[in-house]
Amino acid sequence: MEKKETLKLYYQMVLIRRMEETAAQLYQQGKIGGFLHLYIGQEAVSTGLISARQPQDKVITAYRDHGVAINCGISIKSVIAELLGKATGCSQGRGGSMHMADVSKNFWGGHAIVGAHLPIATGLALTDKYRGSNGVTICMFGDGATNIGYFHEAINLSKVWNLPILWVCENNEYGMGTAVERASAVSEIRQKAEGYCIPNDHVDGMDVLKVRQIALEAIEQVRKGNGPFFLEVNTYRFRGHSMGDPERYRKAEEVKKWQEEDPIGIFHGRIIAEGGATADELEAVEQRAEADLEAAVQFAESSPEPAPETLFDHIYADS
Amino acid sequence: MAKITMREAISQALWEEMERDPDVFILGEEVGVWGGSYAVTKGFYDHFGGERVRDTPISEAAIIGAAIGSAMTGLRPVAELMTINFAFSAMDHIVNEAAKLHYMFGGQFILPLVIRTVGGGGRQLGATHSQSPDAIFAHFPGLKVVAPGTAQDAKGLLKSAIRSNDPVLFIEHATLYQVRGEVPEGDFTIPIGQSKVQREGRDVTIVTYSKMLETSTKAADELAKEGIQVEIVDLRSLRPLDMEPAIESFKKTNRAVIVEEGWRSFGVGAEVESRLYEAAFDYADAPIQRVAQKEVPLPYNRNLEQLALPQVEDVIQAVKEVL
Repeated sequence: MEKKETLKLYYQMVLIRRMEETAAQLYQQGKIGGFLHLYIGQEAVSTGLISARQPQDKVITAYRDHGVAINCGISIKSVIAELLGKATGCSQGRGGSMHMADVSKNFWGGHAIVGAHLPIATGLALTDKYRGSNGVTICMFGDGATNIGYFHEAINLSKVWNLPILWVCENNEYGMGTAVERASAVSEIRQKAEGYCIPNDHVDGMDVLKVRQIALEAIEQVRKGNGPFFLEVNTYRFRGHSMGDPERYRKAEEVKKWQEEDPIGIFHGRIIAEGGATADELEAVEQRAEADLEAAVQFAESSPEPAPETLFDHIYADS
Repeated sequence: MAKITMREAISQALWEEMERDPDVFILGEEVGVWGGSYAVTKGFYDHFGGERVRDTPISEAAIIGAAIGSAMTGLRPVAELMTINFAFSAMDHIVNEAAKLHYMFGGQFILPLVIRTVGGGGRQLGATHSQSPDAIFAHFPGLKVVAPGTAQDAKGLLKSAIRSNDPVLFIEHATLYQVRGEVPEGDFTIPIGQSKVQREGRDVTIVTYSKMLETSTKAADELAKEGIQVEIVDLRSLRPLDMEPAIESFKKTNRAVIVEEGWRSFGVGAEVESRLYEAAFDYADAPIQRVAQKEVPLPYNRNLEQLALPQVEDVIQAVKEVL
């Protein structure tokens, strides 16, 4: 991989980590309302995955979407502004943390009903098939989503219709506070894809380059018209499910053990070891991410609230 | 004007819109090879092919989800749910996704999708297959809900629904498919969200829609024999709800009966009655009456089923109550 690309991936991961830490602070200050689900620990998943897509490839995900939004190319300014509910947010302050989208970046949302966006993903992919274009739909979801009926309806349909979809399960071990083995009849999620005759693979989600490599291969498979592919990415969230999580379902030692597998730390070590960049160069990247984040928070805080007269805008598209 | 059945009218609208716009396609259970469980899409599969007339598995959430996703990205799907009772299996996608995504993402994309479905009782299908839950769907801003009572309205409204850039739930009635009505030849549309006076009269206003338009018309015919002139306002769309013709009529007759097939509690009649009072309380010469389905899960037995459903006699009685 070229140095420029390496540094870009590193920048994305550091920016997302710092963004999420800052979001937690803004939440505690009461500046972010509602629910807030942080992506800390899972940065390598969408960073590696989305770095492998082409511009015509669509991305759709669940509610833990800030990092995915950043990786799709939405500016940090409009992500923070959306968190603060400002008019300059990517969803104009109407969506909030769980509902970010920017279709100009082929990012089709942040969807907050668990599993409900999987059937929608089949529709995104159907449009490409219908028009004969070569786009691939990348649909991300958590392990918990694989227990709801929508999952089974959607992946069955994707196979029956041979749709160009890459299903990506971010298995972070818990659906809220319920461990995978307490909720799913199979603990290796990709076995569910196996049941629908969908080719599948799994990858260590704490290693951004491994994720990127497998995603490159999977996306090309799908693009060739081979139908859906299912990728299970094993990862872990270092913070609670959301900000209001007492974390009674896991032990501090378990979290600590995973934190030793920090995806940013792993990537940092690998870049240095392989001579991809120097420690100083990586520090410069970290400083740039910090500066961009600070500017974004400033931008968001000084942005206007949505005007009251816009309350009824966009309920319907027809005039 | 040709006299055709409502089935033919709906079928014509679909056919003509598919000929007009290559982005329009149909998906649903048994819409293709079978020809539609109510035979509305008979012949479509052979003419348009399997890419545009897509048979689906029995997966209501996936049907509506796929319709939403393809509409978001530029197609104009017409999804068929075999009956409105099965819409509950896709409830999240209808009311929580289709009705909200345009707003929630700040209008970034449109959702030009139509969900055709079939409601109503009276065919001895039992409690799970005979419902008229129209009011539930009309509750949600972001969704449009249309329920025609004549062949002409069915054709014109379905064409408007397909051309609309918003999600439209298009509710047909299982016992109206064979009913004939005059329908203009060729291309015409009827705007969504416009009620219509289907029959003029000076003595009492009936506000109704869908199958109950037929029931109310029969009641009006009977009442006419006694010299009672009934005016019938057909809502045609439940959301957006156009109250103007009903309010104007009520101001003229000062008496109103609302007739719906669904249950009375929290129903269409409750909403319409409330709006009539809000807009024209001073015009009321008698308390407004509602005719609705009796509050039981609809039984299979024919006599019991008919007892529970609103009948012509119930409408006549309610009209006499307000006179």
